[in-house]
Amino acid sequence: MGMQQVAEFVSSQTVRVRTDIPPGHVRTPYYLRGKTGVIERTLGPFPNPEDLAYGVPAQPLQLLRVRFAMQEVWGHAAERPNDTIEAEIYAHWLETVT
Amino acid sequence: MGGDAAGPIPDASHDFAIWEKRVDALMVLCAERGHFTVDGLRRVLEDMPAENYDTMSYYERWIVSINQNLIEGGVYSTAELAAKMSEVAARGDTYGDATGG
Amino acid sequence: MPHDHHDHLSPSGHPYRPDNDTVLTYWQQMEIAIRELLIEKQIVTAAQIAGQIADMDARSPADGAAVVARAWTDPAFLERLRADGSAATREMGFDIGPMKLIAVENTETLHNVVVCTLCSCYPRNLLGLPPDWYKSRAYRSRTVREPRSVLAEFGVTLPDTVEVRVHDSTADMRYVVIPARPAGTEGLDEAALANLVTRDSMIGTGLARSLRP
Repeated sequence: MGMQQVAEFVSSQTVRVRTDIPPGHVRTPYYLRGKTGVIERTLGPFPNPEDLAYGVPAQPLQLLRVRFAMQEVWGHAAERPNDTIEAEIYAHWLETVT
Repeated sequence: MGGDAAGPIPDASHDFAIWEKRVDALMVLCAERGHFTVDGLRRVLEDMPAENYDTMSYYERWIVSINQNLIEGGVYSTAELAAKMSEVAARGDTYGDATGG
Repeated sequence: MPHDHHDHLSPSGHPYRPDNDTVLTYWQQMEIAIRELLIEKQIVTAAQIAGQIADMDARSPADGAAVVARAWTDPAFLERLRADGSAATREMGFDIGPMKLIAVENTETLHNVVVCTLCSCYPRNLLGLPPDWYKSRAYRSRTVREPRSVLAEFGVTLPDTVEVRVHDSTADMRYVVIPARPAGTEGLDEAALANLVTRDSMIGTGLARSLRP
């Protein structure tokens, strides 16, 4: 696995989860793809689990806890729009929202 | 799985059988020794067809994943596993007989 | 199970453990074979396997309850728990292995609930093995989308003034909920408080028990 150039993120930053559907093992829930949230805290670096899953060398990556509003994730189906969901997303799955 | 429609949360529960606890222990010990990663365990579990979740128990799916990871990692061969499984089955009809009590 | 085990003795003359007398399944056959291969190849010993099972059996929600009770009574500990859940838990003497723990607190305006949609990640090295329902497809599918409806099935109905926050354990961290301390418990010591802390209250599908008048 080659080293990717991955942006460094900070707390409180607004980010969007990539909409990619790459082949192979991923750690990013499908229901969060393309959704915008705010970084609650930064964690890591941890080795990329998408490589660890195949037993190949894994690049250390920042791990971000991202908070999403239920309305952003589920639209009108949200039980209460301002309820929230947090998930850990690896940096290479996130893009900055300006 | 996250967000899919599904029925009520099942409230049945069970105590773990000794064979299930052994599967759990093998996962922890093999991971500690670097023979596979939790991510490898998850990969095989998530790649399983959805119907396996209805037809197999939790630790049945785990032993499948542990096995695939250990074979991929070269810990033992499929031939070694086949020979050992035949040997185990020949010991008796119950788990107790086959595992030596 | 009303089985009679007395007529079913192992070659050593001892009764089998109750879950040993069921018909051998294909997957159990595989477990035995893998275990024996790993022992033959000197990757693990039988004693290490038994030791790991004993370690896991020794972990239970009572461990988490002790952490919660300490957090309720010791503000400095609560600060350390917020800063580093793993270190604070180890400080109390619990062997949580390599687990990376985040403690999330319920308040008058926030209720946390934990799920793992991708598999069944759980703070097992603190609370022991997860309940079956935590691993069910229904819990894992629905909690991220309709947590209030799921909580209602567990008997937890929250007013609209409380934000529900779902934690999907998607990666390396594990989560334990610090439930809100029940009213009227000011006079209780740590041990009595720990008795109020249920497993489900630390997953977020329950509340701490209230005091019986």
